Amino acid sequence: MAPLVSISGLQVAFDGTQVLHGIDLDIAKGEAVGLVGESGSGKSVTWLAALGLLPAKAKVAGSATLDGRELIGADGKVLDQVRGRRIAMIFQDPASALNPVLTIRRQLCESLGLHRGLRGEAARVEALRLLDLVGIPDANRRLSAYPHEFSGGQVQRIMIAMALAGQPDLLIADEPTTALDATIQAQILDLLAAVRREFNMAMVLISHDLGVVAENCDRVCVMYAGRIVERAPATRLFDDPWHPYAQGLIGALPPLDGARRRLQAIPGTVPDPRALPSGCAFAPRCAHVGDGCHARVPPLAPVELDRAVACLRPQRLPVELAAE
Amino acid sequence: MLRFFAIRLCRALLTIALVVTFAFIVLRLSGDPALMIMGPEAPPEVIEAFRKAWGLDHPIWVQYLDYFKAIGQGELGRSMRDGRPAIQLVLERIPATLALTIPAFLVKVLLGIPAGIYAALHRGSAIDRAVMITAVAGFTVPSFVLALLLVLIFAVQLGWLPSGGQESWRHAILPIVTLGFGGAAVLARFTRSAMLEILGQPYIRTASAKGVPWRRVITDHALPNAAIPTVTILGFMVGSLIAGAVVVESVFSWPGVGRLLVVAVANRDLAVVQCILLLVAMTMVTSNLIVDFLYGLLDPRLRSKGAAA
Amino acid sequence: MTTPLLEVSEISRTYRMRAGLFGRPTSVHAVDGLSFSIPKGETLGIVGESGSGKSTTGRMVLGLEPPDHGSVRFDGAPIAAPGTATWRAQRARMQMIFQDPLGALDRRLPVAEQIREPLDIHNIGSKAERDARVHELLHAVDLNDGHGRRYPGALSGGQRQRIVLARALATKPDFLVCDEPVSALDVSIQAQVVNLLVDLQARLGLTMLFISHDLRVVRQISSKVAVMYLGRIVEYGDADDLFARPQHPYTQALVSASPAPGRRSTGRIVLSGDPPNPAARPSGCAFHPRCRLATARCKAEVPVLTALDPQRQVACHLVTGAPAQTQDAA
Repeated sequence: MAPLVSISGLQVAFDGTQVLHGIDLDIAKGEAVGLVGESGSGKSVTWLAALGLLPAKAKVAGSATLDGRELIGADGKVLDQVRGRRIAMIFQDPASALNPVLTIRRQLCESLGLHRGLRGEAARVEALRLLDLVGIPDANRRLSAYPHEFSGGQVQRIMIAMALAGQPDLLIADEPTTALDATIQAQILDLLAAVRREFNMAMVLISHDLGVVAENCDRVCVMYAGRIVERAPATRLFDDPWHPYAQGLIGALPPLDGARRRLQAIPGTVPDPRALPSGCAFAPRCAHVGDGCHARVPPLAPVELDRAVACLRPQRLPVELAAE
Repeated sequence: MLRFFAIRLCRALLTIALVVTFAFIVLRLSGDPALMIMGPEAPPEVIEAFRKAWGLDHPIWVQYLDYFKAIGQGELGRSMRDGRPAIQLVLERIPATLALTIPAFLVKVLLGIPAGIYAALHRGSAIDRAVMITAVAGFTVPSFVLALLLVLIFAVQLGWLPSGGQESWRHAILPIVTLGFGGAAVLARFTRSAMLEILGQPYIRTASAKGVPWRRVITDHALPNAAIPTVTILGFMVGSLIAGAVVVESVFSWPGVGRLLVVAVANRDLAVVQCILLLVAMTMVTSNLIVDFLYGLLDPRLRSKGAAA
Repeated sequence: MTTPLLEVSEISRTYRMRAGLFGRPTSVHAVDGLSFSIPKGETLGIVGESGSGKSTTGRMVLGLEPPDHGSVRFDGAPIAAPGTATWRAQRARMQMIFQDPLGALDRRLPVAEQIREPLDIHNIGSKAERDARVHELLHAVDLNDGHGRRYPGALSGGQRQRIVLARALATKPDFLVCDEPVSALDVSIQAQVVNLLVDLQARLGLTMLFISHDLRVVRQISSKVAVMYLGRIVEYGDADDLFARPQHPYTQALVSASPAPGRRSTGRIVLSGDPPNPAARPSGCAFHPRCRLATARCKAEVPVLTALDPQRQVACHLVTGAPAQTQDAA
């Protein structure tokens, strides 16, 4: 089956600094894919670039297609038909993601007008239905409220309602729960899973939190310094990571049960994109670094049927850590 | 709500009282009105009579209290120069001033705001740079320099326009341009930076991600937000409609409130100066109240009574 | 039994807040009758969501904010009024680190000088001794003198937090309050700082109050844990045991909401309703509107923190059911 979205060789540079070094990623209809990585790894930039949402100074190269249609460099009119209609996006900071001076009704009905041609009363009724669907209580009254009158979790629900307004095939959720409290995070993730089932919508979940991605995605891509370093089914990645960075991320997470162990901290810091080390960008922090690692960038190579690793010396974890 | 406006009103009255006091002190400490108006050669008994007539023989703090009492009764005093009520003198001059400042205000708004928006939307372009260089020039060059420059070019060199006076609409062009240009420069810079800040906000990206065409992102999402800080500057400009043209009126010999003020200060014509200052303070305070009100209208975050549920 | 280093009894803190521009002022009970103690050399973790009052608690413990009621005793003596000589002496022994290291540092000074500052303020040692101490502190937090010559802007987030930690340790404090010290850091850097805190605590015998919303980090560092909800402790116990068998329905929801890699979510408890709002505290048990087990009694009566066994205290009518009833009747 042809993928819904196909990204290949996607590169982004800001002011001559390359921040994305060729991303290859396919999203199938209805599947949930997680992108994990620390700040600056390029997980958000990938999708902002694909949707043409980066500032004009960003130089984007490579390809991103939706149903075979090229999005990179596409005309504004083409992108406006894709954004919100085929691919919707929600963001991290709910407090600033909605326009503070417009009512919820205006912002919801705007999407409904653009993508479904609904106006006036028809739009209002549909907006109410969407707010109901995402669990905003007393929707009828709150339709005329402004964003600041809602809590962070509620604003994120409204963002989801707005994303659903265009009945998209793919939802990009960029750190949707990072700014929220744990119990509210659970509510939002639950809601995302429910709407995905109901509308058979594909989802890309961007997060720095391995746990969030593991629990909510079918496949996971681990990103480091503008590249995908490991791609694997979610369960397999966390049980048995191959790339030393993926292992490091999992080892760095304190366990919530079982015996306490010293955290496996990755030494050093994420490299500055203006001064990337030669060869594998992770090599200076890697415990298993070898001679060849500094010489060339390892390609993302298949190691099993549905997983790939960009490492010259992939390591299997010892059993006791892997079982953690 | 009532409490809020009561506080604002008290603060406004206090501001006016301070302005009046300040003017009183400065004018009285810097010269004797009797000598100024009667002239240094006047016989002493004439000066003494003048002092008595105007209450200048009382201790200064009594004069000060008398003056406040009079204002409280709506009595703004008479000009020491020709004995007419000060308020009448001032009111006569207002239309002339407004004939300059209102068109100049329109120039500021119609030129400054679009230029600022355009520059922000085309940040880094040649036009952006041109707008910004002009804007910097516009508010670093003092208005009398600009006025003299314009007179030199358009009146002296080219002979297209008169250099001063109030005979026809053509006489108003140079003063209006002088006033409007400086204000437009300030507005352009301000609008540009407000727009740039708004364009960097996450909700602008949200709107784009929703599929809103860029033109509508600007008109429906960015402009209503950028209007909030711009209103402050506009309020300030409205506040200076009455007395914002002192320098320009003097340069172009335009018989407005500004020139009256200059003459009255030179003569220590206390009542007239006080009357103008009172008027200026009142327009400033009123425009501030209007700005506060507009803030509430433009920004729902300020008018909400209840916090988030 | 030895006296605990920190003893907090029945502290409360209420803020007056105005809702909106024209709203009426309302009382916000940030912290409400909180009691706990920390023995020397132990770490108490406080977990809670926004609005739980955990940060207010940290500030009251340090005497940065006076409690409206109740008392904080440090090493047997009450916390002195801020600004007094006794307070300064106490403060040299109690230090703090916060979430935002950049905000805690002066951008215009090399970081070594900022580590040195508390030594200058409290007039500790000669010039050479202070230099040696700064060098030693930089090494204690796994940095070197080269880092010390830099300005905060030239360091990464993790390095800045180490500098803040080094500065906090400069006066050889006995007690450290950490408020979300690793929340702003990336996972791999977070692990470095957590390891460092654990090591330093063991080596220096520090007593700590560790405040965080992150259950995993709290468990990694703490010996005892208190779970806070709307200004009160709802559960208290041994860190490992508390997260392994949470008793209070809120703790259970928190634990189950913490996503675990390698496990698909099955039977996660998803609380309904909005996050807690300290300005509108529900009657009875503050958690009852979101609790799936709540009964009529939960709406009416405030549950008291009651010992379930020697290791565990819970404030819930359902968990401590029968004995609590007789207590209330008494």
